[in-house]
Amino acid sequence: MSESSHIDIEKVSELARIALTDEEKAKFSSQLETILGYIDKLNELDTSEVEPTAHPHSVENVWREDKVEGELPTSEALKNAPKQRQNMFVVPKVVE
Amino acid sequence: MSDALYYKSARELGELLEKGELSSVELTRSVVERTKAVEDRVKAFNSFDEDDALSQAAESDARRGNGESLGPLDGIPVGIKDVLAVKDQPLTCSSKILADFISPYDATCIQNLKQSGAILWGRLNMDEFAMGSSTENSGTKVTGNPWNLECIPGGSSGGSAAAVSAGEAVVSLGSDTGGSIRQPASHCGIVGLKPTYGRVSRYGLAAFASSLDQVGPMGRTTWDVAALLQSISGHDVHDSTSYKIEVPDYLDSIEQLKGKKWTIGLPKEYFESASDTASIGPVNEAIAFYKSIGCEFQEVSLPHTEYAVATYYIVATAEASSNLARYDGIRYTHRAEKFDAKDSVDIYCQSRAEGFGNEVKRRVLLGTYVLSSGYYDAYYLKAQKARTLIRRDFEAVFQDVDALLTPTAPGPAFKRGAHTGDPLSMYLSDIYTLSANLAGIPGLSVPCGYADGLPVGLQLLGKPFKEEELLAIGNEFESAHSFKDEHPEL
Repeated sequence: MSESSHIDIEKVSELARIALTDEEKAKFSSQLETILGYIDKLNELDTSEVEPTAHPHSVENVWREDKVEGELPTSEALKNAPKQRQNMFVVPKVVE
Repeated sequence: MSDALYYKSARELGELLEKGELSSVELTRSVVERTKAVEDRVKAFNSFDEDDALSQAAESDARRGNGESLGPLDGIPVGIKDVLAVKDQPLTCSSKILADFISPYDATCIQNLKQSGAILWGRLNMDEFAMGSSTENSGTKVTGNPWNLECIPGGSSGGSAAAVSAGEAVVSLGSDTGGSIRQPASHCGIVGLKPTYGRVSRYGLAAFASSLDQVGPMGRTTWDVAALLQSISGHDVHDSTSYKIEVPDYLDSIEQLKGKKWTIGLPKEYFESASDTASIGPVNEAIAFYKSIGCEFQEVSLPHTEYAVATYYIVATAEASSNLARYDGIRYTHRAEKFDAKDSVDIYCQSRAEGFGNEVKRRVLLGTYVLSSGYYDAYYLKAQKARTLIRRDFEAVFQDVDALLTPTAPGPAFKRGAHTGDPLSMYLSDIYTLSANLAGIPGLSVPCGYADGLPVGLQLLGKPFKEEELLAIGNEFESAHSFKDEHPEL
């Protein structure tokens, strides 16, 4: 399994929304192959009867009152925006 | 030891403040001056604000003057890892993508520290988004190990460990996703605690892997770490994974549990691989010490240990790829100047390409892959099931023993660049620490000696929500040795 090619780096970089140079594509895909080859070790384990763990200590539903408290004013919330105008984020036009 | 002010423990300093023999302004100035004297070599801080710290100190002195002290941390400078939100201060996660970010609110643990009167001091360097074991993945600067500046301080809380070790902070907060508090504590010769998952609120901690992350205290003594833990622990309505369970009095517990004859497990899988590592000498001496005070040792087995690294790197990267999707160049991060405006997603792709460093890109790519259609069952679900097996291993051994003792890391701090270009070998250096995050149990690293002239820590792993037991066990060793009074020469 470890020698087989796991990863379609073009597709994964597109899904991850990270533009990669050709050099990065070659480097990352080879490094990720090595890591995935190591990870294949998990196939040795029989987990057919095992429940998955999403959270280390089981927590039941946690409820709270749905009330507004201490929300940030718009101006504060927008303070870190790379571009903003009139209390809105400025983004490039995406429709013709 | 007649230590300089900045090398006294929080406990001693608190007593001096309480008696009126010291002011917080005097103490804070001493820490600030020390920082200015050594920081060009250590490089632990991304930023600090001297005037802000001194004005907090003046407020603390005024409170004490009015007889309104807020407790043992009132007036004590606490360094903050640059991953926790402090209102109106920078929060960079040592990433270019957050280079200009200013927090609009306080993390809950920061609110708690403010209510304890602590002086919030600086923004401490780390591996970018806490991804790494050496702080070499920082997008801002390279932190040195105060014991040997050519060596790494450990990571990801490398700045938090180096600052405390170098006297640039009395105590500090770090975060631990796979060993990021314990391993740098070991490498810098200080005490570090990863609390049980759910002990401390994660609200305002920039998320890396949400089911593994915990905020925790670092300091030069177990008492100092206990005092800091006391301040930040407890349920928080803003973090539904913070546990609704009573918080004990940690400082009192250390006293109450003194002299208890603990039953301590030695996981054979850890010691089999540790036998030829540099850490094993000091760790074996620590075991001999505990035997000499009447503790009983048992060999125990954690049979799924060999699967922990693989399990961890699936779970952690999957969660990271999801958590880091928020850094999109639109709302509050770096935005690329150049992108293809005809392609509606290119602005994200270019902004993230410019903003993230190599390790973050690598992990987001891996996490995206293991969650992608057709691979989810084979990787993510498989890892979650392996995680159950690892968790059960710990549950089983804690039927028989109070705690486990292991090395914190295979060896002392390595030279910078030793693992560059080989991410897997770096991942394997976390072998003793990351199972605790998968199982959600607490872990403490306490200095126990030296290898090659560099500090080495012993790790104690405990039952969920039994931090006080780890602190008490660690305190026994610390009290009988002088490591807490030994500082690097800078």
